[in-house]
Amino acid sequence: MSILDSNDRAHHAAEAAARHSYGKLVAFLAAGYGDVSAAEDALSEAFAAALANWPEHGTPSNPEGWLLTAARRKLIDAHRRKRAEAGPDALDAIADLDQQPGSHELPDRRLGLLFTCAHPAIDPTIRAPLILQAVLGLDAARIASAFLMSPTAMGQRLVRAKSKIRMAGIPFRVPERAEMGERLEAVLDAIYAAFAEGWLDAAGTDAGRRDLAEEAIFLGSLVAELLPDEPEALGLLALMLYAESRRPTRRSPAGEFVPLDEQDVALWDVALIAQAEMALRRAGAMGCIGRYQLEAAIQSAHVERRRSGTANWPALVGLYDGLVAITGSPVAALNRALAIASMEGPEAGLAALDGVRVDARMVEYQPYWAARAELLSRTGARNDARHAYDIAIGLERDPSMRQYLDRRRSLISG
Amino acid sequence: MQYLLALYLDESAWGTMTPEQQQQGAAAYAAYTEALTKAGVYKGGNRLQPSASATTLRTTSGKMQVLDGPFADTKEQLAGYYLIEVANLDAAMAWAGRCPAAQHGIVEVRAIWAM
Repeated sequence: MSILDSNDRAHHAAEAAARHSYGKLVAFLAAGYGDVSAAEDALSEAFAAALANWPEHGTPSNPEGWLLTAARRKLIDAHRRKRAEAGPDALDAIADLDQQPGSHELPDRRLGLLFTCAHPAIDPTIRAPLILQAVLGLDAARIASAFLMSPTAMGQRLVRAKSKIRMAGIPFRVPERAEMGERLEAVLDAIYAAFAEGWLDAAGTDAGRRDLAEEAIFLGSLVAELLPDEPEALGLLALMLYAESRRPTRRSPAGEFVPLDEQDVALWDVALIAQAEMALRRAGAMGCIGRYQLEAAIQSAHVERRRSGTANWPALVGLYDGLVAITGSPVAALNRALAIASMEGPEAGLAALDGVRVDARMVEYQPYWAARAELLSRTGARNDARHAYDIAIGLERDPSMRQYLDRRRSLISG
Repeated sequence: MQYLLALYLDESAWGTMTPEQQQQGAAAYAAYTEALTKAGVYKGGNRLQPSASATTLRTTSGKMQVLDGPFADTKEQLAGYYLIEVANLDAAMAWAGRCPAAQHGIVEVRAIWAM
């Protein structure tokens, strides 16, 4: 065998171990040692050592175990270098890591790590980036570009969050039953925030952001798998899968925004929809409704258009009612008004919109003005409709959406 | 791990309370201290004299400056502290939430730097 071949094999083995086991290894080391940064550093050194060692000595039969042993040694080395900072318990913690069962059955502590990253003592805006880095191993530059931040700023915020976990003693554990509801909501919100960042890149031209939606779906399935009795975890998974199934139809070939009711149902991803329906059915069977299940059910009612040619508008109005009751979200109220318009006509929709308008946030919310413009133009109030489109266009940053709104405005006759 | 619970309170409130209210307030802290002790997590704690009694020292251009008053002139002032020993931040936060100061002031939770 040539050196090149064994180099390639070492690379592949290390890469495969990285992809499949990164989060598990970080979670296991961090939970034992109480320090995410140290676990990440030790693991990245272990991966480097693997690439140096495996081509020469062959890929070990248990790459994950090899990496874990190497990372433990790196942790001990690092600890000796900065003994004062790590505290007296740290060596005991590393010693305890050795008492763990054989690495063939590395316990999955990723769930605990997720709860650590979304801990109430961690700033909510850094939870999603922190999860992406600690559990999935995404680098700060990639996370920064997805969250539209400078890599330096993102890097500093991630370092700060990880220092806080270590210094403040945030535990790596799955919360008790009594506190599970609130704590799980924080984890799900962080995963959804990551998904939403990926979702913003509708055309899928920005690789970093597109992948983020896939990573979020992976995290969503992981949580649903590790907490199989939590309906909201399944609800979030279903919501993300439904949304993802429509990605190819969200922009026209020319790159223009396409509203949901004009999307070509033949292009929706049937396999993803089937997975979404299954997750939502399992969640529903548990009989405890929540925000994410409602949002997934709303997606499901829209997806009905694939089979029946029309969305299930009566169901949608009821679901939006539920969502408004749970979240008080003016956006849900806005969508409810649009569902009413689809059932009862634009005048009824406009009357419902007047109720939404009392929320001051609506004044600068583009979809509110676009909805108003659309309904006004249908009632024949052309000048008012043009005026509302002008405001909507003025509030929008996304060129593909502006292009769409411009065209809608130009279609108003007379 | 050991944690400091730093209690920040509006000092002017105490003077506006009736003697009964002051007594009730003191009793609440006594009960809390008792609960910490019973749970075996209490390592220490004290109420401080008002911040007006504070003296602040710092060196400016090589010369020691002594000032009459607290470091920060804010509405809520450091009024007392507890030192507790618990497993992690979750446990420390649970105890901080039960402290009477969490009802009528602010409790800051800080881990002790282990030497």
